[in-house]
Order: sequence, then C-alpha cells, then structure tokens
Amino acid sequence: MPIVLFRVDERLIHGQVVIGWGHALRPDRYLVVDDELAQSGWEQELYRLGAGEAEVVFRSVRDARASLGDWGALPARTVVLTRDVSSMRRLADGGEMSGRVVNFGGLHAGPGRERVLTYLHLSPADVEDMRALSGAGVKLQARDLPDAPGVDLTEEVLRSP
Amino acid sequence: MNEVALPKGLVIGHGGMAQGLVDAVRTIAGSNADALAALSNEGMSPDDLRHAIDGAAVGGPAVVFVDLQAGSCCMAALASCRACGDRVVVTGVNLPMLLDFVFHRDEPFETLVERLVEQGRGAIRPVRVERGQR
Repeated sequence: MPIVLFRVDERLIHGQVVIGWGHALRPDRYLVVDDELAQSGWEQELYRLGAGEAEVVFRSVRDARASLGDWGALPARTVVLTRDVSSMRRLADGGEMSGRVVNFGGLHAGPGRERVLTYLHLSPADVEDMRALSGAGVKLQARDLPDAPGVDLTEEVLRSP
Repeated sequence: MNEVALPKGLVIGHGGMAQGLVDAVRTIAGSNADALAALSNEGMSPDDLRHAIDGAAVGGPAVVFVDLQAGSCCMAALASCRACGDRVVVTGVNLPMLLDFVFHRDEPFETLVERLVEQGRGAIRPVRVERGQR
C-alpha cells in the first residue's frame, strides 16, 4: 500500500494534489516521473517549494520503472505523479502497475484535445496510451479531488473509435 | 531626468478570486486599481498560465501576487519570474496588501515588497470585543 496514488495531472504538484489529496492520503513523498524534469534542477526546486514537508523525488520514466517495486515496498507513503499520459503508460510497461488504479486529475484544453470532463481533455494519442494502460491491467479513473465522484474511464476509452 | 517605471501588480488566483480582489480594490480605491490586473488559472494549462503571466508582466517591474504557495498559480508565476530581477512573487495575497500596493507604488521596489508583506501579515489578527463594550 505504500504507493497510495498514481495520478496524471499536468500541473503535477499544486493545490489539489498537496492540499486536497494530501490531506486525505497523508503522503510522505511525491515521486514525479518525467524525463525532462528529471534533468532540470531549477524546475525541481520550484516544485519542491509547493510540496510542504513531504519529500519530492524526480525520476526519469526508465529509472522509476526499474525501481517501482522497491518504492512500493518502502513504508513511506508515496504519490506517483506524471504530467502526461504517455509517461504513465511507459511506467506501466513493466507490468508492475497491473491491478492498480490510475487517477486522471487534470489535462487541460489544447490543440487536438477533446473535452471529456471539465478538467480532462484528451488527444487521440492520449486515448491510445490509455488503451495501452488498460491492456496492462490498469484501471482508469477520473477524479479531481478525493471527495468527488470517480468516473470510470476504462469503458469509455475502450469504446471510443 | 529618467522616469522610473512604477511597478505593475498582477494578481493570480484560483477560480474568481483574483478578479474579486481587484474589484474590491476598485470599490475602495477607485481608479488606483488600474495598477492591478487579474488572472485566473481556471481552465489554463501550466504553460498557458505562464505565457499569460509573461504577457501581462512584460515591460517593467512587477509584483506578482498569488493566493497559495502550493498552487499552480504560484508555480507558473515562479517559472515566469525566474531570473527576472524586477519581478517578485508574493504569496498569500490579501486585500490590505493590494490596497497598500496601489497607494505606495512609488517607493523603491525592494522597500515596497517588504512593506507589502508586512502589511499583509499585519492585517491578519484576532479582534475581540470585550463583553459589555459597544
């Protein structure tokens, strides 16, 4: 149970995550999985400013995938964050995430993206990545905050053309 | 003699908070509120918000007021103001702080920023009325 949440949210560490989910889940650590941010010291510092007392760790997808099992075995409660669906899909490639739920909390409007919910807009590439996640045994659920009703995305993604 | 540009104030908050604060400043201080602009993160991606801040703050010194240090508004503001010596992010914006800003923009920039933080903090206090007092 130490990985208490997998979440796709392009804002990564922000109010909903730190205050909304943080209050409910009491994480000790945020693990940000992102190839670009793993190389960017100044951006890491910005995100750490917003995380309060929790530790913030940045890893590339490859490094995170290799040590996901180890993270899960540690007693520290960890929230895993990616800012795009592609990174989460690649993280799941090794099969470590089978049976887990991925929370979709914030992908905003942009070119080529269609609105699914007020806080969730998906491109065809996102949908393909979600299909791959589903194929890897991952459940897909949209929920911006812990007290909001969850929306099961698995059926919708599999059904869409 | 060179004229020193007065700093702009940019208020960024969740939902309608920023516009509400700027409207409140206008109600109290009239056209002095023209020194302030409001931005919301509503429906904005991090990049969109950052570009909006870049656009609004360009061309001179600016104080970027944000509501919450842990929030996406603050993250975008920090990214936008990175390595800009004449832009400062102030978290925990409140109305007294903004009112002080619009009336004291002519103070030296660093002094102004310190003053705003002090005013904002100082305005938060418990006020108790003694029993029987009118």
